[in-house]
Amino acid sequence: MAVPPLAHREIPLFAGLAVVIALVFAWLGAAYGVRMLVEASCYAIIALGLTIQWGYAGLFNVGVMGFIALAAFVTVLVSFPVNAAFWNGDGPALLGWTALYLVIGVAITYGLSRSHRLGLPKSLRTALTLIAGAVTYLAVQGTLDPAASVIESEAGFIGGFGLPVWFGWLVGGVAAGGLGWVMGRITLGLRADYMAIATLGISEIVKAFLKNADWLTRGTLTVSPLPWPVPTPQELGFVFSRSAYLCVTAAMIVVIYVLLQRAWASPWGRMMRAIRDNELSAAAMGKDINRRRLEMFVIGNVIIGIGGAALITFTSIFDPSAFAPLNHTFLIWVMVILGGAGNNLGAIFGAFLVYVIWIMSEPVALFLFQQAEIWGDELFGWQAPGDLHTRALQMRVFIIGLTITLVLRYAPQGLIPEKVMKHD
Amino acid sequence: MPLLEMSDIHAGYGGANILNGVSIAIEADEIGVIVGPNGAGKSTSLKALFGLLKVSEGAIVFDGETITNAVPETLVRKGLSFVPQEYNVFPTLSVEENLEMGAYVRRDSFRHLIDMVYGFFPPLKEKRRQPAGELSGGQRQMVAIGRALMSEPKLLLLDEPTAGLSPRYMGEIFERILAVNASGVGILMVEQNARQALGFAHRGFVLANGQNRFTGTGAELLADPEVAKSFLGGGD
Amino acid sequence: MPEAGLLSVLPINEFVFFINKVVIGGLIIGSVYALGAIGVTLILGILRFAHFPHGDMMTAGAFFALVCASLAPHVGDPFGLPSAFVLMPVAMAATAAMAVWLDKAFYAPLRRANVKPVVMVMSSVGVMLMLQGLIRLFAGTGTRQLDPGPKDIYRIPAGGRDLIVTQPQLLLFIFTAVAVVALHFFLTRSRMGKAMRAVADNAELARVSGISIDHVVRTTWIIAGALAAAGGTLLALDVTFKADLSFNIILPVFAAAIVGGVGHPYGAVVGGMLVGFTETLAVFNWSVLLRPLQPYLPEFVEIPSKIAFVPTEYKIVIPFFILIAVLIWRPTGIFKGRTN
Repeated sequence: MAVPPLAHREIPLFAGLAVVIALVFAWLGAAYGVRMLVEASCYAIIALGLTIQWGYAGLFNVGVMGFIALAAFVTVLVSFPVNAAFWNGDGPALLGWTALYLVIGVAITYGLSRSHRLGLPKSLRTALTLIAGAVTYLAVQGTLDPAASVIESEAGFIGGFGLPVWFGWLVGGVAAGGLGWVMGRITLGLRADYMAIATLGISEIVKAFLKNADWLTRGTLTVSPLPWPVPTPQELGFVFSRSAYLCVTAAMIVVIYVLLQRAWASPWGRMMRAIRDNELSAAAMGKDINRRRLEMFVIGNVIIGIGGAALITFTSIFDPSAFAPLNHTFLIWVMVILGGAGNNLGAIFGAFLVYVIWIMSEPVALFLFQQAEIWGDELFGWQAPGDLHTRALQMRVFIIGLTITLVLRYAPQGLIPEKVMKHD
Repeated sequence: MPLLEMSDIHAGYGGANILNGVSIAIEADEIGVIVGPNGAGKSTSLKALFGLLKVSEGAIVFDGETITNAVPETLVRKGLSFVPQEYNVFPTLSVEENLEMGAYVRRDSFRHLIDMVYGFFPPLKEKRRQPAGELSGGQRQMVAIGRALMSEPKLLLLDEPTAGLSPRYMGEIFERILAVNASGVGILMVEQNARQALGFAHRGFVLANGQNRFTGTGAELLADPEVAKSFLGGGD
Repeated sequence: MPEAGLLSVLPINEFVFFINKVVIGGLIIGSVYALGAIGVTLILGILRFAHFPHGDMMTAGAFFALVCASLAPHVGDPFGLPSAFVLMPVAMAATAAMAVWLDKAFYAPLRRANVKPVVMVMSSVGVMLMLQGLIRLFAGTGTRQLDPGPKDIYRIPAGGRDLIVTQPQLLLFIFTAVAVVALHFFLTRSRMGKAMRAVADNAELARVSGISIDHVVRTTWIIAGALAAAGGTLLALDVTFKADLSFNIILPVFAAAIVGGVGHPYGAVVGGMLVGFTETLAVFNWSVLLRPLQPYLPEFVEIPSKIAFVPTEYKIVIPFFILIAVLIWRPTGIFKGRTN
């Protein structure tokens, strides 16, 4: 197995982290502590996925939130108990029609866009493609709206398929990978900024769609409780069930980590590193760089999806409004940057460290601002604004941004830099 | 005293040095030509001179002042101008705007300089409002050189001015370079067409492997059988 | 009289409604996008990275204007203008100074270290979060009126219904038009303007020519910051001030800049208008226009109460769709900017 030996730097860092975690347990209790660990471990999985995209392929994915949301939604769709009211009503038939229109319309549109083989001039081809696309859109929208209202009035939402949760996670990961494939195909050849903008945009759209498609997700009414892969707290109590969950996610981390390390040491991995370290000569050797980068982008998104699905399943509630770029994109970026670009162990470390700090920062920030409120009143007669508490939490946004900027400026290697193999 | 003296220059792009002890000296109003095989360090010498890469050893003295590793912006003010080999115009700016950019460091009126450049390169005058990127290769080269002349340099550095030009344009460019020189501007140029360039050079420097190989007047180098054998085979 | 009869048959009211909602609405939001997109395209063209904090910069400008207006609420009274507008130059100057400082503190060091372009973008995302946090900290997350008191509304009667333009909207149009013209003259007639275009074309050659890249960079930030502040303030004057303003605006602004062609300010204006009009056209309820025809249609054809291409909740899809469409079919944009 190609697991690198632990060097000097890593042991004290992990040990320090363990001490901090132990303190949290002592201060806030086991149930809280285990919950924190589970969530951190899910973030660690997501961070591993993001590390592939950033550390190895150099891609700036600012839409992590969207991939997490999509994977979580697919998990709910796959694993939530079947909604009999939906299947017994008119909903499935209407949806079937919609799907049919969609498939036919997309096929025709795509076919038209490729119709240059038939000898059609380009402007005609473009016009026809656009018209076909517009007609498809209107047709689908026209059938979807009534279908949606019917479903909402009859059954609330379409429910799920009642399949096992771990299967849901896998399918969710694949869905996230699929979305990544589409996004990657469009933006990979262009400048890095464009991928950033596009991924940011797609994540907002995914969120908007999930939030508003009540027939699919119950929208703001949310879906809960989400089924777990292990016995729920109702059955085993918080500490035991959460610990069981932790075992599942910890096992996933180990498996993914080992697979990644092996892949990295393999010939495929060496080629990937060659592309990353010296793009020009890799291109000269005939490696199709963008294709490889697309592979890594997709694989990264699959892992992000799996981690995200595990995270949302753990919270036991699917609430599209709760997805926030701060919590589900930028926080993970801090984890990856701090942990060290291109370093899987560093990503795991970064995830746990940053998440512990993040969780602790909420009470700390509120405490600090309360103190400021008291002192300000006493010393200056300053009346704090009523929403000081919400504002206090905004400081966390500032700190996250500051951390990203400072680390990029002063320690772009992160805290655990990747060990560069020296070739002689 | 020579206008320009580069003594024993060692320089590179950060890794290994490309120049390993190059010395070049030009008097005022002279035409100096640097020739040599690919990778000899010809363009690198010009770039080292103009502060575009780091000189680790050696000194460069221009017009009595030491300018080793100086910033390009200041060199323009001191009377040194550089025309790169590629990407040497502002493509979306018009011909006349390109010239105006050459005079950026000046605070006084420079209309007479624009007319001077049109005097050297008449085809530019009628195209003066056209974007420089739309011109042919030869005309673009004229714009590039014209831009460099706008700061009234004492020494003009040209990096392969005829690269990629048809033979007809090549001759024209050489002619105009001679005219510019005749008006009192020193020229130091790197050229692939060694035979032709050495034909009108006052001074010639043959480089190989980042070092001087042969130095002399243009005529001397052309007459030297060793030089002819090693370096003047192609590029006629 | 026959003419009156004809007029009463034509759907003038609905047409005016359409103009109010789509044309004027599109012009408004398009102008705001344009003001933001000019800055973004200049930064993309000269400094070569996507400036994610731009939406927050617009919000910050609005916030500065809010502060100024609350400190001096009656400055505008003699002119019949909102104080925030009269004091807008102050906000613009403050935002410009902030922009220059942000570059000096965060972006310039990375440029000097010659980092990969993607690192610049990441850093700009970090700056975006910092700005967002600070703005929400100081301004709260609620909404405020930039100009307390009723807005002046100008009505142009047209048939049964009036064309409606509010004073802040008129100020926005005028300001945008003036800004575009001023920018045009600046870029084509002034030494610094031409130098900016030169640096956008070929930064290395600009250095070689003796152009001070630092000066050009500073001027770029000043222009970008000032216009961003104007866009944010005028938008807040039209609607309300919300700290959340920024996030929703950055995507359309990027789309506008890229559609117009990176590095082309006129393209940014055209792009802004394009995105703005596409938005208003797409969410417009076309059934309003079709309703007058109802009496003339057969009984069984019933016009739905709402026909819109895109439901308003999904409005954000529109700039994104425009962006993706441009990236697929014409990444250089309308005016053929750079793609690398």
